[in-house]
Parts: sequence; C-alpha cells; structure tokens
Amino acid sequence: MPVDPSLVGREFPAPASLTVTAERVSAFAAAVGHPQSPGEPLPPTFPIVLAFGAMQAFLDAERIDLHRIVHGEQRFAYVRPPEVGDELTATLTVTGLRQIGGADIIATTSEITDETGAVVCTGKATLVHSAAPGGAA
Amino acid sequence: MTAILAAGDTLEPRTFTITRADLVAYADASGDHNPIHQDEEVALAVGLPGVIAHGMYTLALVGRAVAEWTGGAEVVDLGAKFTSPVVVPADGGAEVVVGGTVKSVADGLVTLALEVTSGGTKVLGMPRAVVRQAGGRA
Repeated sequence: MPVDPSLVGREFPAPASLTVTAERVSAFAAAVGHPQSPGEPLPPTFPIVLAFGAMQAFLDAERIDLHRIVHGEQRFAYVRPPEVGDELTATLTVTGLRQIGGADIIATTSEITDETGAVVCTGKATLVHSAAPGGAA
Repeated sequence: MTAILAAGDTLEPRTFTITRADLVAYADASGDHNPIHQDEEVALAVGLPGVIAHGMYTLALVGRAVAEWTGGAEVVDLGAKFTSPVVVPADGGAEVVVGGTVKSVADGLVTLALEVTSGGTKVLGMPRAVVRQAGGRA
C-alpha cells in the first residue's frame, strides 16, 4: 500500500528524550569499534539513536512495517558535538514523498535538540519503503 | 597527536570487518532491530540478497576512520547514500574498506572525499565528511 501523500509536512516527535550516559555511548562505540578514551568525542553517528526513535514513532503512527524499510541516505550536520550529559530529543518531519517502481521514497529531516531547546544536529534521511508482494504498486 | 591535514593528502585506507554478532550488538546499542539485519529469511523475503549491515553501521565505520585519521577532530558534517548493501554472511563477516583524500581545507574546515567499498564494490554514494581542524588555518 503506498504511503499517504498528505504526510508531507507532518511532524513526529520521538516518544521520549534520551539522556546521553557514558554507558550508552560506550555500548554504541563498542558495537562499531569506535576509539574510546576520556575526552574523545562521541561517535558522530550516535544521534541516530534519537533519529531512529523519531522514525519508529512515524512508522508506528502510519502502520508501516520496519522490515519493509531500507535506509537510502543519511546525512548529519552538527551545530556542536553531542556530549555525555546531554538530554536529547528528536522531531522528525516528512519533507518529501515520491514513488519509484512501487517503492515509496520518503524524505525526512530530524532535528535533534538538547534540554535547552538548542539544536545539536540535524539529520536528513531517505527511507525506501517497499510495498508488500502483491500489493498495489 | 593530531596531524595537520592539507588538500590533496591521501588518507591511509582502513579495513574493518562486520560480523553478524556486530550487527546484534549494534541493534541493541542503536535501537534499530530491523530483522533484515539479523534474519536471513526476512531479508530474502523483502528482496535483499541476504542479511545486510545497517547502513548506519557502515557510516559509523566512516566516522571511525575519520576519528583515526584526524585524531578525533570535531565532525561538523557526515553523510552518504546507501547505494549498495553490505551483505554479511553468517560465517566470517564482510570487509569494508574506507579510504579517501583531503578534498579541501578552508576556514579551519577540512572536507574529505571518501571511497567506501566492500568486496571491491562501492557501497556508499557521495560519502562526505567535514571536520574542524583544531588550531588550523586555511
């Protein structure tokens, strides 16, 4: 089933804020083998944890199955590096929608802010949603 | 020690191995439990060639290479298109090679032009990283 075209412009906040703890950062860094030492910046892709939460909220609201989503593109622009102690939140906005060969190409922007409301970084993602086999193209 | 990067410098390629166990650890750490990164049957059912790495895992390896090349410089921009999946077999793993050059240095910002391959195939489209060069001037 194609994604509802009226989605463009709608906002989906992540369900909860995330306190960046040393433990969370350490687990993320260990999973990707990122160098870790005191004072070392966080792995730059760590904010995906927030962006993914907002994307999952969007998928849940639209009843889109995660396993039919493939990540097509991701870019982050950082105002400042995220740090341990930050309390981050994310809000995803659907910025574009088009269909190619039965797949929905969903463009999104996720703004990641700290506890003061200041933007820490902005993520731009393209999600490729493939319709169920036999579904209308 | 942080090396000062100059336009045209070649960045020594880094080779990383991604295993299925890494994908499980990454799913837990990132919250992305999409079964296409764990379950062969689901991956094949949605038309993928097999279990694939999270695109963000591959991009995280780019972040790791950048941190190693720059001595942990502040990243101001990082991104790529996930143009070709990195298929991770159950045995062994998939090798990802991250290489590149310094494209430009201006106003203290270093732009890296990158090439990211797995099994000789480019897996990222237009991968790009920009870092702030500490104490550096153009």
